Amino acid sequence: MKFKGRIWKFGDNIDTDAIIPARYLSTSDPEILATHCMEDADPDFVKKISRDDIIVAGENFGCGSSREHAPIAIKAAGISCVIAESFARIFYRNAFNMGLPIFESGDLWTMISDGQEIEVDSDEGTIMVVNSMAGPVRINPIPPFMQELIRAGGLMNYISKKET
Amino acid sequence: MGMTITEKILSRHADLKEVRPGMLINARVDIALGNDITAPIAIAEFKKAGGTAVFDRDKVALIPDHFTPNKDIHSAEQCKVVREFAKEQRITHYYEVGEAGIEHAFLPEQGIVLPGDLVIGADSHTCTYGALGAFATGVGSTDLAAVMLKGELWFRVPEALKIVFHGRMRKWVSGKDLILYIIGLIGVDGARYKAMEFTGEAVGSLGMADRLTIANMVIEAGAKNGIFIPDDVTRAYVQERAKRACSFYTSDPDAQYADVIEIDISRIEPQVAFPHIPSNVRGISRVGDVKIDQVVIGSCTNGRIEDLRIAAEILKGRKAAPCVRLIIVPATPEIYRMAVREGLMEIFVDAKAVISPPSCGACLGGHMGVLAEGERAVATTNRNFVGRMGHPKSEVYLASPAVAASSAVLGWIVGPDKLGGGGKS
Repeated sequence: MKFKGRIWKFGDNIDTDAIIPARYLSTSDPEILATHCMEDADPDFVKKISRDDIIVAGENFGCGSSREHAPIAIKAAGISCVIAESFARIFYRNAFNMGLPIFESGDLWTMISDGQEIEVDSDEGTIMVVNSMAGPVRINPIPPFMQELIRAGGLMNYISKKET
Repeated sequence: MGMTITEKILSRHADLKEVRPGMLINARVDIALGNDITAPIAIAEFKKAGGTAVFDRDKVALIPDHFTPNKDIHSAEQCKVVREFAKEQRITHYYEVGEAGIEHAFLPEQGIVLPGDLVIGADSHTCTYGALGAFATGVGSTDLAAVMLKGELWFRVPEALKIVFHGRMRKWVSGKDLILYIIGLIGVDGARYKAMEFTGEAVGSLGMADRLTIANMVIEAGAKNGIFIPDDVTRAYVQERAKRACSFYTSDPDAQYADVIEIDISRIEPQVAFPHIPSNVRGISRVGDVKIDQVVIGSCTNGRIEDLRIAAEILKGRKAAPCVRLIIVPATPEIYRMAVREGLMEIFVDAKAVISPPSCGACLGGHMGVLAEGERAVATTNRNFVGRMGHPKSEVYLASPAVAASSAVLGWIVGPDKLGGGGKS
């Protein structure tokens, strides 16, 4: 898979209340959730972003609640993928289960700033910063089982396929 | 080589002789939990995958507790989805408002989760049941859908972090203070992906309420699960509640741990987590002058009868400060009933507290206690992220019931030792 888009940078420990505040959880409609994506981290986020933009964050992205509304809101807002130094474990599970591409990279965050464009090649395991002299940044390898989940198109498809 | 209690429970449920950290396994689930926020997505996924019947109607628990009693039309619709699914599937453990409590207080209290179980819940505080010696972990709605369909789920066997408690807790120090202290020590990702195992000679002196509070908040250190080795305290708690057989596991002496942290709990004073992250912890002596607008005593972390008794002990003969709104949330109908019988409710009402029905509402800024811009709350809940209890510019300070009740009386954050002799005993 390849992704190309402008990046929006966030710090460490971006929690699920920042990604989608609980006050909006009386619905699970992706379109409504998308309008509040990242609202308590950056109130203007959804106004600023364009389709296929990429979130780049620090350590422990998605900590806090188990709410799958968080990756749903990010995906429905048009974000193509999230790259973080590390992910909280329930968010990590949820993203693979429901099909939001996420990647771990320890080096990218310090190299780039808001608005820069990057190209992610998940097959090659690299990230290139567009219009930059810097060489490719490595993505941490995706565990084989998680790759199977991606190929199947998420957990529900994976378990249905396993049966046939 | 030996195994930890977590590894033993996982291996048993995966029909494997042994498991090691990092292994991916498929394991059977004893209880799968969803609430009114997370179950609707799971139900939609279940149906989309062609699901017609849940794997076992006795092993799915659906507890509407977050936005109940329904706060608006949307939340009423979400509850209706859960209610109709529970009816259609004849779910044994579905409980309506009036009999349901806050899920993580309710399930152990009713003996629905037991020692040795493998429990998943589409709620991050599912880790609470580790207090009983169960493997319990929070997952997402799609995971819940998969379990409702198949009765099993994939897990990566976690490394274990051993926390060894020594000494005795001081007066007014509780399980809440111990877990806040630990989160302050290791950070919000200090146990990321790991099993936190609580052990040491001091564990025996911790009652089940303290253990449940400690296990409840391991997610705030990023852990996959928190777990206590079942003992006599566990046995006494479970005996009167269990309606099926359960298993008491223990860790082998030669089990492997990624790290061991020794803590002398007699050195710990009441703790307060400052905004906006649960690891921003200070001892009560270093809090300074923090004026408050609201106090919430309740939640899956600290809404049990033991917590209400501590609050009542402090509030007896006293009143909340004029500028403070005091909200008390008994976590289950059983706790509510006990609080009435023991006369705690009268103490609370005399102290100008408002008593909420069992609900998660206030804790996550849903309803029944939402904060305005610039307001500050002391809460016995579990998270103080930006906007957690209301306006993004409000603040939440996490503390024990003792500190919360004392703070309500004076109007700023204090421990019980600052109250003097104003109350009637």
